[in-house]
Amino acid sequence: MTINGWLQIALVIGLVLIAARPLGLYMAAVFDGRRTLASVALGPVERGFYWLAGVSPEKEQGWLAYTGAMLMFSALGFASLYAILRLQAWLPLNPQGFEGVPPDLAFNTAISFLTNTNWQAYGGETTMSHFSQMAGLAVHNFLSAATGIALALAVTRAFSRGAAATLGNFWVDLTRATLYVLLPLSLLVALAFVATGAPQTFAGAVDAATLEGAKQTIALGPVASQEAIKQLGTNGGGFFNANAAHPFENPNAFANILQIWSMLTVSAALLVMFGKAVGAERQGWALLGAVGVILLSGVALVYAAETAGNPLLAALGLDPAQGNLEGKELRFGQALTALYVAVTTGLSCGAVNAMHDSLTPLGGFVPLFLIQLGEVLPGGVGSGLYGLVVFAVLAVFIAGLMVGRTPEFLGKKIEAREIKLAMLAVLILPLAILGFSAVAAVLPSALASLANAGPHGLSEILYTYTSAAGNNGSAFAGLNANTPWWNVTTAISMILGRFGYVIPVMAMAGSLAAKKKAAPSAGTFPTDGPLFVGLLVGVIFIVGGLQFFPALALGPIVEHVLMLAGKTF
Amino acid sequence: MTQHLRPALVLLLLFTALTGLAYPYAVTGLAALLFPNQANGSLVIRDNTIVGSSLIGQNFASDRYFQPRPSATSTPDPADSSKTVDAPYNAANSSGSNLGPTSKTLIERVSAAAQAKRAEGWQAPLPADALTTSASGLDPDMSPKNALAQVERVARARGVAPQKLRALVETQISRPWLGFIGEPRVNVLALNLALDALH
Repeated sequence: MTINGWLQIALVIGLVLIAARPLGLYMAAVFDGRRTLASVALGPVERGFYWLAGVSPEKEQGWLAYTGAMLMFSALGFASLYAILRLQAWLPLNPQGFEGVPPDLAFNTAISFLTNTNWQAYGGETTMSHFSQMAGLAVHNFLSAATGIALALAVTRAFSRGAAATLGNFWVDLTRATLYVLLPLSLLVALAFVATGAPQTFAGAVDAATLEGAKQTIALGPVASQEAIKQLGTNGGGFFNANAAHPFENPNAFANILQIWSMLTVSAALLVMFGKAVGAERQGWALLGAVGVILLSGVALVYAAETAGNPLLAALGLDPAQGNLEGKELRFGQALTALYVAVTTGLSCGAVNAMHDSLTPLGGFVPLFLIQLGEVLPGGVGSGLYGLVVFAVLAVFIAGLMVGRTPEFLGKKIEAREIKLAMLAVLILPLAILGFSAVAAVLPSALASLANAGPHGLSEILYTYTSAAGNNGSAFAGLNANTPWWNVTTAISMILGRFGYVIPVMAMAGSLAAKKKAAPSAGTFPTDGPLFVGLLVGVIFIVGGLQFFPALALGPIVEHVLMLAGKTF
Repeated sequence: MTQHLRPALVLLLLFTALTGLAYPYAVTGLAALLFPNQANGSLVIRDNTIVGSSLIGQNFASDRYFQPRPSATSTPDPADSSKTVDAPYNAANSSGSNLGPTSKTLIERVSAAAQAKRAEGWQAPLPADALTTSASGLDPDMSPKNALAQVERVARARGVAPQKLRALVETQISRPWLGFIGEPRVNVLALNLALDALH
């Protein structure tokens, strides 16, 4: 680790914190329906959309109708995306003449983009036409992120309103999140990516005659526009197979900083917005503080493990000062690679600028563990906020048990019904991750996909289902996930991780919204101070993480010990 | 549920048009106007021929050139399309090795390459980037140490004084911006173009 490295990490975190507050306050205004500077241009578009769609923006929905609208929108999105992928050979903008995507892969990919997972069982530049990338995948980069924001808004309103029967209007929240937040930000960030070197063209590929006289075919495409929303929407599905490690997706250190900034800022701003909406900006910062502590510990562990490097390679004479360089790009350096690894898995992005499969055992342990915590650091766009609220509810419940009072969070009494629903949501992850991993670990047809043997092979299995159920999308990519078994089971994990999680959370939101907002009294446990922050960190670790420790001990942890002992597989 | 059908369908269509077509076309138009070179892939042209992209690494096997990091990219086997064959720096199919830290394949690969470098006269510690594959298989850069370690070989193959090449490498090192943003590195294609231009 170097001072320069930590300075770069501090710079990125600083840039995020600077932007989070203004963006959070802007979002608070937008989602309240207040006029902003952008309303001049976007107001008429917004009203036009409502008129065409037959939506009355002032008509609000209860939790059931809100969730129903979200499910209907997701179902149609799935159907249209599946159709586009299957039919791409007959659709326009296919300069490389790719065939239709096979059924199991199209099913997996459609679910993947719909659930904001963006797991890629395919290689972008060898499978997808420009039309599929733009009108298929990139659209869902916007819409799955906007859906996440909408759900987060509904959960926010459960606390900001007292004795309310409704949580807002899904169509309005979806439309505003896309029009006022994601689209303008994407336009700016996309142009910034082009400035750093990311291509943006409709040409398919260009042939170069190399200095040694060989032919090199260089895949091109509308990369920057997709890159921007992929990062801002914490989607993570890359244009190219190598994702943000590809020099066209991520050309240099500036692009890399912009990539990390884009992942973090919207999610951080949503916490500021949450604080503002519930009437205490401090509450947003307290939540941000708690997740910041865990995230930075993760960054430090990856950075330390990767700069310590691989002793097996150092023994062969490789310069240990450069750290572990297998599966890494030189232009990012160890510090910003470590930051990227932790951020992309601390929230549910899943873009990668290094191959996670080739990280050292402890370096690979961190992304695995951070996704298993539920990706609340500070979480995917939207999904992080409601995940964090679930943990906050559990934290005040545990605090309430300790002092023997009915727990409250932001003036809402937390009772048996809320706790049951919160636990139902939290238990979906271990069910999907450990359940499928256990089956895959003994199924010969599943094991045939592994690229690495020994404990690293178990890590590959575990990472695959963790990434799918956590709706992350990054991978220990050596595992060949493009087989019917993996395509179907990871798709099921993704559905469980998104909808199995969010439906109980919405039910909890509905029940909380209906409760009266109690005024704070002398006995109220303050949820914006360091005591609560500490408790929240503890709950995230214990409730989110502990259930995975036996599996982690058999994967990355035992691999670390064996690596130090000089054992290979 | 049926009351949700119309808004779901209409908004899906409208947003597909807006975010799937209008947005990328707008970015493409603006990019072509503002940053035409980057938008088209930062292509490098010499004598009216495209010789590569300054962002994408290319394979150099000859002793007369500085050689890039090893690359794990592959291409479908022409004899059997269900298999792949090694094709370093295949810019139509980016990929890393995805070998884990305790992989026997990795250790054997690096061990063989390290032996070859030692036979060439390299001294330990060997530049790690010269023996490890990058994440994309298309890393355009190498470390300054890696470039300097190759000076002797290139000088012998070209019959140039090593001193002259060492000075050339020094001019090609890009240093961190403001002293801390980014890493010191050498773009292999730029270095080799400068090398050709020496004669």
